[in-house]
Amino acid sequence: MSLLELTGVTAGYGAFTALWDVALRVERGEAIAVVGPNGAGKTTLLRVISGVLPMRTGTLTFDGAPLGGRPAHEVVAHGIAHVPEGRRLFPNLTVADNLKMGAYLARARAHYHETLERVYGLFPVLAERRTQRAGSLSGGEQQMLALGRALMSRPRLILLDEPSMGLAPVMVLRLFDLIRRIREEGYTILVVEQNVRQVLKLVDRAYLLEVGRIKMEGRAAELAEQDFVRKAYVGL
Amino acid sequence: MIDPIFLAEAAVNGILLGGILALLALGLNLIFGVIDIVWIAYVDLVMLCMYLVYFLVQVYGWPVWAGGLAAAALGVLLGLGVHLLIISPILGSAPINQLLATGGLLFFLQSFATFLWTTDHRSVRISLPSYEIAGIFLPLTRVIPFGISILVLIALYVFLTRTFVGTAIRAVAQDREAMALMGADPRRIYLVTSAVGGLMAGLAGTLLIFQYSVHPFFGGQFGPLTFMICVLGGLGNMVGAFVASFIMSEIISIAGVVWSTEMGYVIAFVVFIVMIFARPGGILARRG
Repeated sequence: MSLLELTGVTAGYGAFTALWDVALRVERGEAIAVVGPNGAGKTTLLRVISGVLPMRTGTLTFDGAPLGGRPAHEVVAHGIAHVPEGRRLFPNLTVADNLKMGAYLARARAHYHETLERVYGLFPVLAERRTQRAGSLSGGEQQMLALGRALMSRPRLILLDEPSMGLAPVMVLRLFDLIRRIREEGYTILVVEQNVRQVLKLVDRAYLLEVGRIKMEGRAAELAEQDFVRKAYVGL
Repeated sequence: MIDPIFLAEAAVNGILLGGILALLALGLNLIFGVIDIVWIAYVDLVMLCMYLVYFLVQVYGWPVWAGGLAAAALGVLLGLGVHLLIISPILGSAPINQLLATGGLLFFLQSFATFLWTTDHRSVRISLPSYEIAGIFLPLTRVIPFGISILVLIALYVFLTRTFVGTAIRAVAQDREAMALMGADPRRIYLVTSAVGGLMAGLAGTLLIFQYSVHPFFGGQFGPLTFMICVLGGLGNMVGAFVASFIMSEIISIAGVVWSTEMGYVIAFVVFIVMIFARPGGILARRG
């Protein structure tokens, strides 16, 4: 049984349909990328999975539990942490308080200090800046805080929405290294990314999303070899 | 020329009044900061709590502390009730509807209180000694409520900064959807916030009844002042509201001694209007 499985998912905003009949699965321990042009529905897909946006039709099961139609705060309790587009930190709370909110769930609160040490170990810069306002951090540090906050909930699946957005090229490389380290710790990751070349090196499999439909699916290496993917997205 | 000792006494009285005003303003400001709704009828809830203490203590002879606990409990129930029955159903609608709804509650509560208890002014009289320090009279009936206010405000501060739920309340005020992604049900956070706001109203009511008499239009006496303090401090800004409470109480108290109580309110409102032009985001707002 897959960790996450979506079948026939359709969703949208008002009269606009952003996702059509999407099927996708993530196995335990896998890293999956969803790539595609702007406006393809990548962010919508993650919002549907985490329950922020209700789906219209389709099924969503996580570790065997049907989560379709459940609100966001219940979905995260099942072990899905969503690092949303634009990071959505609490800018006026300190770094430490942002991490504390990541551990809001009762299950996570019980291991709060232990998880905090692990996150500080992974991102030492967050430990240095623990008393600073989150809004005063640099873009790269903010993205680390967003990742750290997601880890605080002790998730079984991490959804990452455009983690490299707005970062300087050198920071993008560091960030992908960090995501690789998180991967190696055994976390399952579903990442949405514009930076196709980098992300295909990171993941096992990838889905190509275009105008709300899955156009292609395959091993990351094979997908990178496909002519049109290479031309359109990888730029080689 | 006014004897400086009177001015000093007025300044001290201003501080004593400021503590209770801060309690009122922070309860209202907490709700605004988190739920983004101004409870126009906030001080009318305080009025109901004052009546409860009056009846329990003055009429039925309960000890003061028991009356205070009962008023605190009533405040919590009123806070939950207002949120569940009035705010929650119209949470997504235009802000004007929410103002009208809580404004409607104000008229309802005033008429309801008039109907039940007439327009008589009622007060609880307890006699406590006054102390004289350096020529300034300090009546315990004002010093004790001030001390309790400060203790309650410290407890509120600790709650909002040290506990998971309190921090979540501040987080929801900044990004409701992100807090849902952390596993907090925003509706529950709203309920807790309303309960805490109601608790502040209940405690403020208890402290006020020993200094002011209660009547159905008590809200008209303190409501505009409380709202003004919240705006002056910056709506949703807790520290700003705390500072603004003491600015306003000092103006009212000192101008009250120099001229008259009415003049004190006039000057307070003039200062308020000028400040709104000078610093529309509140006294502690960062200049943008």
